[in-house]
Amino acid sequence: MKQYILRRLLQMIPTLIGTTFIVYIIINMAPGSPLSHMIDPTITGEALARREEQLGLDRPLLQRYGTWLTEAAQGNLGYSTRYRGRLVTEIIQSRLLATVILTFSSIILSFILAVPIGVISATRQYSTLDYSVVVTAIAGVSVPVFFLGIVLIWAFAFQMGWFPVGGMVSAGVRHPTILAWAADVGKHLVLPLLTLTAANTARFVRFTRSSMLEVIRQDYVRTARAKGLSERVVIYRHALRNALLPVVTILGLSLPFLFSGAIITEAVFAWPGMGTILIESVSQRDYGLLMGINVFLAVLVILGNLLADIFYSVVDPRIRYD
Amino acid sequence: MSRFMSRFTRNPAKTGILNETNNNDEVLSPGKIIWKRFRRNKIAMIGSFILLILIILAILAPVLTPYERDAMELQNREEPPSSEHLLGTDRQGRDLLTRVLYGGRISLSVGLVASSLQMVIGVILGSLAGYYGKWLDTLIMRITDMVIAFPFLALAITAAAVLGPSIYNTMLIIGFLTWTETCRLVRGQFLSIKQMEYIEAAKATGANEFRIIWHHMLPNALAPILISSTLIMATAILVEAALSYLGLGVQAPMPSWGNILEPARSMIVLMNMWWLWLPPGFLIFISVLSINLVGDGLRDALDPRLKN
Repeated sequence: MKQYILRRLLQMIPTLIGTTFIVYIIINMAPGSPLSHMIDPTITGEALARREEQLGLDRPLLQRYGTWLTEAAQGNLGYSTRYRGRLVTEIIQSRLLATVILTFSSIILSFILAVPIGVISATRQYSTLDYSVVVTAIAGVSVPVFFLGIVLIWAFAFQMGWFPVGGMVSAGVRHPTILAWAADVGKHLVLPLLTLTAANTARFVRFTRSSMLEVIRQDYVRTARAKGLSERVVIYRHALRNALLPVVTILGLSLPFLFSGAIITEAVFAWPGMGTILIESVSQRDYGLLMGINVFLAVLVILGNLLADIFYSVVDPRIRYD
Repeated sequence: MSRFMSRFTRNPAKTGILNETNNNDEVLSPGKIIWKRFRRNKIAMIGSFILLILIILAILAPVLTPYERDAMELQNREEPPSSEHLLGTDRQGRDLLTRVLYGGRISLSVGLVASSLQMVIGVILGSLAGYYGKWLDTLIMRITDMVIAFPFLALAITAAAVLGPSIYNTMLIIGFLTWTETCRLVRGQFLSIKQMEYIEAAKATGANEFRIIWHHMLPNALAPILISSTLIMATAILVEAALSYLGLGVQAPMPSWGNILEPARSMIVLMNMWWLWLPPGFLIFISVLSINLVGDGLRDALDPRLKN
């Protein structure tokens, strides 16, 4: 077991290097010198070239990537050009909480919703209920996230006036206690959370349903029925446990989708998280920050997959460690 | 038995197709059987019907509307729907129905081209990995792992910003980020097909490797490739819409369903001008939904083993 985890951790290293290298190449396709966004436009070409040489920007791509990698391995993702010299890691840190609040509550909510729906749908396969769940789930993954967000803002923020239009806290309000702050955040969270959770729930419902369908056809479930256990016990005690295993892996593999959805949701609701700075840094041509955010998200995705795999191998003894 | 059947079928694993006969004991071609199964799936039929209508509307756009795609009537800006402009006009005074019809052309083509691109990449890499195995397989699978680990939209946004947003870059970006599933599928299929006796037979007759891959292996992996490519086309349309909504995809004056929605990033438009965002958003939803329904129907029809 220990060996398995260790080997998986070691396997992670080339994936991380490859992923960051590809991102590095893409960022390097940007036209012009990275310096041109930062300095006096009247500078002579010669002075620019000298400065580039000083900073090592004239070196070959691989060498520059090597420098970047050594620094990144020590936790230095460089500087943002927009926020005059602020560290990329610092900026990411300042926005992390907002994104974590949004994505984590979305994972939890969609899981709570999806598991019972998926189970009920699977136990009544081919019923009208099952068909409507299947079609609704397909509809759920087909809605463009930003369009759902727009519709929700229009309906529940403008027409009904129930929730704020965007942001994470009310502007200009000082919260006396952390509870008041949480309540304010909660009110702002409802619409973005619904937007992000719709597609996730739909995906998880589909996985839970098909996983459950597979499990309830297995022999041990028939055995459980044959020895006279009630249907409830058979489904929820015996079948569900095994059916949930692949769903947990899918949870880990869903991180790229989750982050993609979160970026769009944040953009629609002006939620001050990583997605919002990502889009800001695009319009500001802040390549240092862009690189940093991509790398940070990639690391999270890779770690998420690793955790899902390890979890799976811990709870499912059928998995071999080789 | 399976040994006997394998002489007559391309893939003995799928002999189920041959066992299915109709009432008259008439022999049906696999294509007809698949069509029969697909037709029985009402939801998938509704999906294909809607998709067909959307495609026809997009193709007939110039016939259906009296307005030019980019013609602006500056005196008629932000007009609500009327008998003259059925869906109103946008911020530059362009007829919105016209924009939406032409936008369908762009959005559907981006989906089709991007999905075809990922299919080509996925099939080539997947066949190489599955057929040759060894270090090439390890290398390609590691690359696949890396691409899967990408924070998809973040990288698409970054690439669009760096390369410059345009319709072609949008197609390229989506194509290059979505091939992993196809690649894994093809590889998996190839690993099992490689063990089949008819491949051994083909080798024995002296067929070269390209011929074996192209004529003997790929046709047998076609069903899953088609299914996943259909579903990826739905994803591609969604990603194009998202990128264009952020201003990083298809660029105006060329309309796409996504970039028609871009003005809705302003709260004033969102609040007061529903006709600017509701129709294109709804069309994205409907088209993606119908493609997903068709994809699911195809899966059930082509591969009954996958049905659940």
